[in-house]
Amino acid sequence: MVKFAFVVKDEMGLHARPAGLLVKEAGKCSSKVTIKKGEKTGDAKRIFNIMGLSVKGGEEVEIMVEGEKEQEEAAALEAFVAENI
Amino acid sequence: MKTYSGKPVFNGIAIGQIQILKKEKKNVFRNHVEDVEQELLRMERAVAEANEQLQKLYGKALLEVGESGAAIFEVHQMMLADLDYQESIQNIIRTQQVNAEYAVAVTADNFADMFAMMDDAYMKERAADVRDISERLISVLTEEEKEEVSAKVPTIVVAEDLSPSETVQMDKSRVRSFVTRYGSSNSHTAILARTMNVPALIGLDYEEEIDGKKAIVDGFKGELIVEPDEAVLAEYEEKAAQEEAKRLLLQELKGKETVTLGGREIRLYANIGGISDLQSVMQNDAAGIGLFRSEFLYLEKDTYPTEDEQFKIYRSVAETMAGKKVIIRTLDIGADKQIGYFGLEKEENPAMGYRAIRICLKRIDVFKTQLRALYRASAYGNIGIMFPMIISVNEVKRIKEIVEEVKKELTADGIAYGDVELGIMIETPAAVMISGELAEEVDFFSIGTNDLTQYTLAIDRQNAKLDDIYDAHHPAVLRMIQMVIENGHKGGAWVGICGELGADLTLTDTFVEMGIDELSVSPSCVLPIRKKIREHE
Repeated sequence: MVKFAFVVKDEMGLHARPAGLLVKEAGKCSSKVTIKKGEKTGDAKRIFNIMGLSVKGGEEVEIMVEGEKEQEEAAALEAFVAENI
Repeated sequence: MKTYSGKPVFNGIAIGQIQILKKEKKNVFRNHVEDVEQELLRMERAVAEANEQLQKLYGKALLEVGESGAAIFEVHQMMLADLDYQESIQNIIRTQQVNAEYAVAVTADNFADMFAMMDDAYMKERAADVRDISERLISVLTEEEKEEVSAKVPTIVVAEDLSPSETVQMDKSRVRSFVTRYGSSNSHTAILARTMNVPALIGLDYEEEIDGKKAIVDGFKGELIVEPDEAVLAEYEEKAAQEEAKRLLLQELKGKETVTLGGREIRLYANIGGISDLQSVMQNDAAGIGLFRSEFLYLEKDTYPTEDEQFKIYRSVAETMAGKKVIIRTLDIGADKQIGYFGLEKEENPAMGYRAIRICLKRIDVFKTQLRALYRASAYGNIGIMFPMIISVNEVKRIKEIVEEVKKELTADGIAYGDVELGIMIETPAAVMISGELAEEVDFFSIGTNDLTQYTLAIDRQNAKLDDIYDAHHPAVLRMIQMVIENGHKGGAWVGICGELGADLTLTDTFVEMGIDELSVSPSCVLPIRKKIREHE
């Protein structure tokens, strides 16, 4: 499993639009992608899961990628969130 | 005539005929189904059909309200495709052997409740999105058509609440205003009203009998006036015409530079007292913010606002202005502008008392917290800081020492900050007289004409008995302004005006001739002044 953390830059937090972007990008991965805030986790390929975490602007979340191509897929996701979320 | 009150989410005046958008409360019945597989297939087809509808709405919205307004339909498509949502529906069909409509309705309630219980205003609103996609699915399943607005006359759309798909499906060419019973400033009604530039009210408790009647929406006062009498109607027609004239001026001058006929550019900025004013700064096309009164941050709270709280606000303003100048004035309070937790004593003469920078230089902790927040925010935009109520060079030197300490601490903490212009308010006759020395110390001056006039003429503006001798154009004040501009330029500081006099159209030519570099005025004054400057020889 590969993990990385990032801080949500959007003032409104992981609201519908960025959550949607993340779902789209995670959907491209063959790996299982999990998003974690504090003790709560969610499936990053499911928009209601992500929105259910109620991540606010400035909060840190962790992404865990697990699968055969976890290395490259985690790297691609990390680059994507740094740029877009 | 009957007047209803609501909360305005976008201002303006609209006159039209009320059309109440009635939402047929769809009665979804729970039916037993024998062939579960057949029902699942029916569900699958409905999802595909709903998805196609959303795709079309996305296209329509893209043309009408642009990318950011259309994004919601893309999100709706994702919600529709969400596995949790679909699995929940499928499970209910399978385990309870019930019809798809019922399974969708139950799932919608569960998901909407999850959002409604969240501790976040934005997320609470998302319950409406879940209901919207679910209603769409149920409509597809029952092959129902939704009621649409296709107005032939200027119309005020009144509804319990409006979903994004309802608003986009509307023929909006005749819609002059939106009024809803529910909804919030984050709701789609509010967003749509802002994009369409029409007034909108929310939280208005209306009666069904107003349907079809003529009415006025006053988006400034937050009123819906049904069947107005003639005098009121005439008054609002006049106001609407003025608004229209302003709108035309806006169209004509928006995006234009503030340059005199001789080719000199004047920076035309706006004064704001809080985040909510940003909308009007953008609408009126100000080139920056020349005075951001930071007091509201302190007045809204029961205790000192933290560095993080302040930082978030400053950063959001800096980011919203996207590289345009944002000049934030540090805390300007005194015994006349009281904040309980500061524990300021009542004073005989608060205008000349313990106030503004005088408090900050005694309460270094409070001052440093604000400065740290400002410097942190400076990494996100073009921030300037100005200090109020200056009377001496020593004060400015002391301020600069504290600023240097703050910068050093930030560097030690590994926190980034940008280049910040430092300036002072010129609002005391003392500062005017020593403006030559002060100019050596700072990047800019901003003349606060309200206080400068009061201190120069020794007239309390609150005292109505003195109205007849109060002369806003007193030569003493105008000569002081001239002196400040000259001394500022000699010392390498640019000079602006952020007081009321800056918005006085009869003085615009005078200030331009004196060599003023910047005028900062209330947002609604920006365009009339731009017009005046563009006509200056």
